Amino acid sequence: MLSADDITALWVTFKLAVVSTAILLLLCTPLAWWLAHTRWRGRTVIEALVMLPLVLPPTVLGFYLLLLLGPKGWVGASLEAMGFNHLAFTFTGLVIGSMIYSLPFVVQPLTSAFQAAGGRMLEVAATLRSSPVDRFFSVVLPLSRRGFLTATVLSFAHTLGEFGVIIMVGGNIPGSTQVASIAIYNHVEAMDYASAHTLSAILVTLSFSLLLAVYALNRKFKVVAIT
Amino acid sequence: MSITASINLQRGSFQLEVKLELPAKGITALFGRSGSGKTTILRCIAGLERVNSMSLSVNGDVWQDEQLFLPVHQRALGYVFQEASLFPHLNVERNLMFGYNRVAKAQRQICFTETVELLGLSSLLKRYPEQLSGGQRQRVAIARALLTSPRLLLMDEPMASLDQSSKAEILPYIERLHASLGIPIIYVSHAIDEVSRLADYMVLLEQGRVLAQGPLQELLTRTDLPLAHSANAAAVIKARVQAHSDDYISELQLADGQCLAISQQNIALGTEVRARVLARDVAIALVPPQQFSVNNCLAVTLLEISDDPNPGHVLLKLALSDQVLLSRISRRSLQRLALQPGQLLYALVKAVSLDL
Amino acid sequence: MRSFQQLVKCLTLTSVLVVFSNTIAAAEPLRIAVAANFNGSLQQLTAMYQQQHNQAFLISAGSSGALYAQIQQAAPFHLFFSADAQRPTQLVAEQLALADSQFTYAVGVPVLWSTDKQLIDEQASVLKTASFKHLSIAEPRNAPYGAAAQQIMQNLGVWQKLNEEKKLVRAQSIGQAYSQVASGAAPLGFVALAQIINADGSITGSYWQAPTTMYEPIVQQAVILKHAEQDPQVLIAARKFMHWLQTPDAIAVIQAAGYYVENTR
Repeated sequence: MLSADDITALWVTFKLAVVSTAILLLLCTPLAWWLAHTRWRGRTVIEALVMLPLVLPPTVLGFYLLLLLGPKGWVGASLEAMGFNHLAFTFTGLVIGSMIYSLPFVVQPLTSAFQAAGGRMLEVAATLRSSPVDRFFSVVLPLSRRGFLTATVLSFAHTLGEFGVIIMVGGNIPGSTQVASIAIYNHVEAMDYASAHTLSAILVTLSFSLLLAVYALNRKFKVVAIT
Repeated sequence: MSITASINLQRGSFQLEVKLELPAKGITALFGRSGSGKTTILRCIAGLERVNSMSLSVNGDVWQDEQLFLPVHQRALGYVFQEASLFPHLNVERNLMFGYNRVAKAQRQICFTETVELLGLSSLLKRYPEQLSGGQRQRVAIARALLTSPRLLLMDEPMASLDQSSKAEILPYIERLHASLGIPIIYVSHAIDEVSRLADYMVLLEQGRVLAQGPLQELLTRTDLPLAHSANAAAVIKARVQAHSDDYISELQLADGQCLAISQQNIALGTEVRARVLARDVAIALVPPQQFSVNNCLAVTLLEISDDPNPGHVLLKLALSDQVLLSRISRRSLQRLALQPGQLLYALVKAVSLDL
Repeated sequence: MRSFQQLVKCLTLTSVLVVFSNTIAAAEPLRIAVAANFNGSLQQLTAMYQQQHNQAFLISAGSSGALYAQIQQAAPFHLFFSADAQRPTQLVAEQLALADSQFTYAVGVPVLWSTDKQLIDEQASVLKTASFKHLSIAEPRNAPYGAAAQQIMQNLGVWQKLNEEKKLVRAQSIGQAYSQVASGAAPLGFVALAQIINADGSITGSYWQAPTTMYEPIVQQAVILKHAEQDPQVLIAARKFMHWLQTPDAIAVIQAAGYYVENTR
C-alpha cells in the first residue's frame, strides 16, 4: 500500500519529531525554569512571545521563517557570509520551524511543573545539605516528571501533524524535507485517496497510541507520588 | 560556647533589628506574636533569607559576616518547617536518607536506626508521605533533619499546624531530643504553654526587636515584662519525683527540701520534672493555716510587689529558695495583710500542672 | 393573549420576508471555483462582463485538486475553471458536470524564471550547470505546470541529476512556486507566464520560455456544474457567460494575461 516515498516521508516525520522535541526540551528547561522563578517585570513579555506561535497561522509563521532563513534573510544571509549554507528547504530549517511552532507546548507544561516543584521543597532540600545543582536533579526533576512527559508528548505529537510551517520552510523535497502530512495532502490533491487513507491511518494510530500511553503513565505517577 | 547573631533587615514597613546571644545547649524559644519576626530570624540563621548586614557564628564557627555568606547547604543545621514538607516522590526511608546520604561519613554523629527508633518510625519506613497522619509526617521531618547530624536544630512552630492529639503525640519526642541529644535547638513558637514546657532559654520578641532574653524561669517571672502580667501568668519550678504514696499522691521534692504533693503521676522516682504554677492559683498566708483543704503550703520570701493591669489586683513575686513563684492577690488582701518585701510568707498552691 | 397575537404577527411577517427573499434569489450571483493561476485573469474578465451584462459573481480560488474534492462533496459552485483537462473530464464522467459545456478556456505557458537579470540566458544553460541550491517547481503529481516542468527538464536530461541532488523544491501550487522565487528563498523556478507579466506587459528579472514541443500542452478547461441546473435562470446565465468567454473581447484579455488560446472547441 505504501510507496517508497511514503515510507521515506514517515521516516523524515519521525526524525523531525524526535530531533526537534529533544532540542526543545534541552533549550526550554532553563527558559521555563527562569520563567517560573524570575520576578523581573519583563517576564510577561517573554511569556507572551512564547505563546505567539499559537496565534499565528502556521503558513504565515512558515512564510516569515522562510524569509528569515532563506538566502536573503538575516539568518540565511549571515550564515552564507560565514561560509555556511542558508537554511531554507533544508532539514535543519524544518527543525527550527517545528521548534518554534511547538515552543508553547513545551514551555507551558514545564513552567507550571517548575512552579509547583519550586519553593518550599527546594528550601527543605537546601537545609538537607543539597547543593543547587543537586537540588535540581534530585528534587525538581523528579517532581516535574509529569510536566516533562506532557511537554514531550505534546511537542512530538504536534510535530507529527504539522503542515503549514513545513510546507513553507521545507519545500517538500522527497527524502529530505517531505513529511507525512504533506505526502497525505499530495495524495488527496492527486485524487489518490487510497494512499491518503493508509498514511493518515498510520499517523492517527501512532499519535493516538502515544497519547494513550502518556495518559496511562500520568495516572500511574499520580497514584504513586504526587500529593 | 554560644550562638551569636546580629541581624538588621528592612522589608517594606517591617524592620528587624536583633542581637542574640544564645546558649549552645538546650532549647531556646523565640517567643512573640505573629509578625514579631520569629520565623524571619530563623530563616536568616538558616541562610534561607539573604541579609547583607548580618553576622552569625555557631560555637565559634563563623557562618556569616560582612565578607562571608555560607550557603544554606553548607551550614551544619537541621530545619523543621511548620508543615512537614516531606518529598512526595520519596517514601519515608528515602526521605530520611536524603540528608543522611549528603553528609560525609566521618561527620555523621547520629545513628540511623537509633533516630528511627527515637521518633517511633520503624513501622512507617516504606510508606509514602500521603499515607501518613500529620503527626507522623512531622516526626519524619524531625528525624530527617536530625539525620544530617546538625550542630544546630531550627524548629519553626513544628506543632502549629497539628491538631491537639497530634501535638500530644509529638511533644514527648521533642522532650526526648532535649534529654538525649546534645544538639542546641532554636524553637519558634507563639504558644506560651509549649514554650514553658520545652524551653530552657527564651528570647522575647516584639515587632522585630528583642524585648528581653534570658533563662526561661527568669523571663516568665520578670515583672517588668508582659508575660508575668498576662491572665495566664505562671512560674515554672523544677522538682524531682520523690515518692508515690498509697493515697494516689505523688510527692515532688524541691531544691530546698520542701515538698509539693500532686495527684499521682506515672513517673519513675528520681525523674526531674517541671511544675507549672499559675499566679492565680497561689494564695498567701502569714502563718501556716490549719484545717485547710489545700495540701501544698510552701515557705517563701516576698521579693517584690507590683501593680497588675487590673487595678484591683497586685502581683507578688515570691522566692522559693533559688526559684521564683508568682502570686496574684487582690489589692484589698495586700492592705489587710500589710505585706512588705522581705517578709516571710506561706504560699498556698491550689493547682500544679506537670509538663511531662 | 395579546403577546400571543404579537407572536403570530411576527411569525407571519418573517415568513413573508422569507418568501420574498426567495424570489429575489432568482438573480443569484454565479458562483465560480477557479484554479489559483487563472484567478487574476478571471477577476478581470468578470469585471468586464458585469459592466456589460449586469451579472454578479462570487469567486472562490484554490488548487484544482482541493476544489475538485469540494465539488465532489456537493460544494454549491455553478462553474469550475480547472488548471487541467483531467478534472473537468472526471466530473463529467461522474455526472457532476454538463458534458456539452466543457471547453478549453486557456493553454498555460510554463517559463523558467528568476528575479536575477543575469541568471537565465536564452539557452537556459543554468539548468545544465546546476549552479544553484534550489529550483522551485509545482508538485508534478498535482499541478499541470509542475508536470510540464518535469517534462521539460527530462527532455533536457537534467531532471534525474537535480532530483537526486535534492535541489527540486516542490511547491504545493504554482502560486507557492512563484512566491518562493519572488521572495528570493529559491533563486529560480518554473512558474506560469501569466504570473510574471506586469500590467504594462514587461517582465522583471530573466526568464526562458521552453519550446512547446518539450511538454504536453497545459490545457485548462472549464465546465458548468450540475448544481447550476437547480435554477433555470442560473443555468442560462452560466451558459451566456461561458459563451462570452469565447468571443474575441474575452480572448484578447486571456492572451494578454500570458496564455495561449486554442481556436478549436
